[in-house]
Amino acid sequence: MYHSDTICAIATSMNSSGIGIIRVSGEESISIVDSIFRGKDRLCNCQSHTIQYGHIYDGNQLVDEVLVLIMKSPRSYTTEDVIEIHCHGGILVLKKVLSLLVKKGARIAEPGEFTKRAFLNGRIDLSEAESIMDLISSSSELAMKNSVKQLSGSLNKIIVDLREKILYETAYIESALDDPEHYDLSDYPDSLKVKVEDMIFIVDDLINSFNSGHILKEGINTLILGKPNAGKSSLLNTLSRRERAIVTDIPGTTRDTLEEQITINGVSLNIIDTAGIRETDDVVEKIGVDKALDSIDDADLILFVIDSSRPLDDNDEFIISKILDKKVIILLNKSDLSSVINEEDICKKYDKSVISFSSVSLDGLKTLEATITDMFFSGQVKSDDTLYITNSRQAGCLSNAKTSLLNVLNSIENMMPEDFFSIDLMDAYNFLGEITGETIEDDLANKIFAEFCMGK
Amino acid sequence: MSHVNESYDVVVIGAGHAGCEAALASARMGLNTICFTVSMDSVALMPCNPNIGGSSKGHLVRELDALGGQMGINIDHTFIQSKMLNSSKGPAVHSLRAQADKSAYSLRMRKTMQDTDNLTLRQAEVTELLIENNKVVGVKTLSGATYNCKAAVICTGTYLRARCLYGDVIEHTGPNGLKAANHLTQSLLDNNVEMNRFKTGTPARIDSRSIDYSKMEIQLGDNPVIPFSFSTDPKDVQIEQVPCYLTYTNEQTHEIIRANLDRSPMYSGVIEGTGPRYCPSIEDKVVRFSDKDRHQLFVEPEGLNTNEMYIGGMSSSMPEDVQYAMYRTVPGLENCKIVRNAYAIEYDCINATQLKASLEFKNIDGLFAAGQFNGSSGYEEAAAQGLVAGINAALKLLNKEPMILDRSNSYIGVLIDDLVTKETKEPYRMMTSRAEYRLLLRQDNADIRLSKIGFEVGLLPKERYDHVVEKERLIEEEVSRIKQINIGARKEVQELLESYGSIPLSNGIKLVDLIRRPELDYDKLAPLDPERPELSDEVREEVNIYIKYEGYLTRQAKQVAQFKKLESKVLPQDINYEDVSSLRIEAAQKLSKLRPANIGQASRISGVSPADISVLLVYLETYKSKKNS
Repeated sequence: MYHSDTICAIATSMNSSGIGIIRVSGEESISIVDSIFRGKDRLCNCQSHTIQYGHIYDGNQLVDEVLVLIMKSPRSYTTEDVIEIHCHGGILVLKKVLSLLVKKGARIAEPGEFTKRAFLNGRIDLSEAESIMDLISSSSELAMKNSVKQLSGSLNKIIVDLREKILYETAYIESALDDPEHYDLSDYPDSLKVKVEDMIFIVDDLINSFNSGHILKEGINTLILGKPNAGKSSLLNTLSRRERAIVTDIPGTTRDTLEEQITINGVSLNIIDTAGIRETDDVVEKIGVDKALDSIDDADLILFVIDSSRPLDDNDEFIISKILDKKVIILLNKSDLSSVINEEDICKKYDKSVISFSSVSLDGLKTLEATITDMFFSGQVKSDDTLYITNSRQAGCLSNAKTSLLNVLNSIENMMPEDFFSIDLMDAYNFLGEITGETIEDDLANKIFAEFCMGK
Repeated sequence: MSHVNESYDVVVIGAGHAGCEAALASARMGLNTICFTVSMDSVALMPCNPNIGGSSKGHLVRELDALGGQMGINIDHTFIQSKMLNSSKGPAVHSLRAQADKSAYSLRMRKTMQDTDNLTLRQAEVTELLIENNKVVGVKTLSGATYNCKAAVICTGTYLRARCLYGDVIEHTGPNGLKAANHLTQSLLDNNVEMNRFKTGTPARIDSRSIDYSKMEIQLGDNPVIPFSFSTDPKDVQIEQVPCYLTYTNEQTHEIIRANLDRSPMYSGVIEGTGPRYCPSIEDKVVRFSDKDRHQLFVEPEGLNTNEMYIGGMSSSMPEDVQYAMYRTVPGLENCKIVRNAYAIEYDCINATQLKASLEFKNIDGLFAAGQFNGSSGYEEAAAQGLVAGINAALKLLNKEPMILDRSNSYIGVLIDDLVTKETKEPYRMMTSRAEYRLLLRQDNADIRLSKIGFEVGLLPKERYDHVVEKERLIEEEVSRIKQINIGARKEVQELLESYGSIPLSNGIKLVDLIRRPELDYDKLAPLDPERPELSDEVREEVNIYIKYEGYLTRQAKQVAQFKKLESKVLPQDINYEDVSSLRIEAAQKLSKLRPANIGQASRISGVSPADISVLLVYLETYKSKKNS
């Protein structure tokens, strides 16, 4: 059989509530799930092709009530031991369970990996090979693009700098091992300890940012569009319930896009406020307008804000023409002022959901929230889950990197010889490299030669 | 036109460290072998540093010895000082290094060659390879004589189109003024072999009588000395040793070098070859590490029958007058007399990605290559390759599978895999950091790792193999015995612990947990273990290492298991990678050029991504089934 490490993924699409299934495959799948599952029997003692009722726990904390389906090797899709966990608690719970599995030693599956394993283990007809190869190469490319796209410049720099530091320390140790009469390691463990603690601090920071979602732009990409001064920024503030956008009554105040992560009834939204769209000669404003139009493609849902106190104009019509084929909720804003626009007319004209709304009186807010949740749970809108997968993989790499760095500390404390440090340091270096998509190309040897004067 | 025409099974071209091992291995495996050298006085010559071993190179010698090679035995008989490097660090990086009596080393190796059955040593320059239908059938020498053969091993070291340089002096010779081999390159090019040109260098040798050692630090050897060869009785190597000395360059030295850089052929652009970054000339050090105000120099004897001292750390291609000036700035060398100038040497070598892991050319049947000719540097790297090439030439003629060492069983495997997989841009030196499973690849267990292989290919004598089998059995028994033992918090236990500064026990504890404490080890705890059998030093050492580092060793063993899975996926040599549409273009091109032997090797080629490997795995399945149907 090909791989022996254990992979996991959310098998159902990430939009509906009801039941979500997580699939785990590999030699250790049963023992890994056993370590977070509490049921009548341990899964390793259960028969193949049975369903077990029980609960998933994170330590002593209950996560979800689940059904677990066991398929032992070779009678499974991949021919490896496969476990399916049927969860009930929605997306957040699915993610929680998935991250628990990763913590216990499973790895997030690569794109197409279940299929690849099934194929390599003879489960899928050979005629499918061509399409499987295409799937692997195209989805890997997509994942890599996503991965790079998601890493902001500053985050990328943090990781690159951190790797550089790790490489330097490793190169120092290795130089001393290769040329012991030239480079001395006495007192080095103490100074390395301080440096590694700093590194762990940085990695922890990164892990926290990933977890809190400030970097994870996951959720439904929701774009707020409208002409200037229609009340887009007020809407963002209302939804996020804090002053994120600067709101004035001067048209064109928002010149760049602003983003905010919010959760409505358990549904996670990534809301993007944009510059008001209008014909303009102002260079700076024009950039904002173009950016807003560019964002339409990536949006899962559009909140089109119309100022109901003013008649529809060319700008409104222009916007509508750009979003006809998207999921849209039209908000007739400023319902607290006297309206000149008829809700029914708009409904008929555009065949979109229309809600009368006021950021001042909060009229329509409940309806808006309910409409969004409905659309999500009925599957009309869904988020792009490749992003989530990329993110969890990256978060997994960070946590692995942290474990390796902790191993270094542990080795220092146990007074292990210095050559043991560099083994874990290089592991950390490689895990971080997976996030930025670097491949290993004799970095260490190059670093040793570049930084340390060796030889006869 | 010469009438001479002889026939041999194996021809070895060159009698340096690679050539000697190749010829000895082939002859000892029963093949009729001839080994050519440009000079009978330069067999196993050490034209540069006077030592064998050193960090990671010591591992290579141990491994070579475990397989049945000669270098370890030869140095055990001819060393004049020995040290175990890194002995305060982990067992994986302990490495033996011995100072050699160069001429004794060379003479003893020549004698060994001449005493070996089936082996002919012949002074002649090989000028041409005779190749028919992509198969080597013989070689021709400068005189026009032909030697028919079924396999040939090229071990030309630094002699191919060699030229030595210092200042504006250029001599078209090999090292030490020996004759260069100027013809073979053309024959290789004619057979579509891709050639590189590399460069290396050596420092001056200085008359010992002109050195003031009182201004230097003395460096002594170890006591007791540990031998290189597993077959050497440690009692036989407790000799009187010769000291080395340590001194330093200074600002004045660096000033002279900077002022004369334009006179160095390296910097004036006369030298075309690529030099090694790990073994820079003193000019390079001063330029590249300009923040350093001094560099270490090791002053080492070249042997007992010469007064020449090797100035390690100060190789150079500066003109003679600058050499005098700069050496004389060094404390202790103020009045030094140079016996031989420092010089740089350029030579032809190949891009070793043209070879299989057996060191046979992919495109020329029966032609093998080893040593500096393959783009490596160092005596030990050369010898290790020579041994592998010699063994595989012999195995081929015996109709047996080649011996392939891999990254998980030896440094030799790492060395060869790197050479044949990565395109080496400079002379390749072994380093412990290149071995990803180095905790398993220790110099102390080279015999356990490789003796079986050496015995099975027919090189390592049976009694040596039997000894290792017995050693392994004793280790296993002792480890499982030790694991059963619990230690109570008795008074004698507490006293022993306190005597080593170890925290006393509050409860009973397993003996293995005590052994794992950094301040304790297997031997120190012997008084608490009255049942312990009498065991040899080598067995006790393995038991201690195994118990102390068990967690790490297990972890690496798991990684090795994973590695082996990919190595065992063989890639058929007739795959047309351009046809695999889902491979990225760069990957397809690299794979077509290198034709890796298996998926594991493919994954180490730069420019081949993990996704490409997945694609290849899937392709491989369909390929197999097409072949079967």
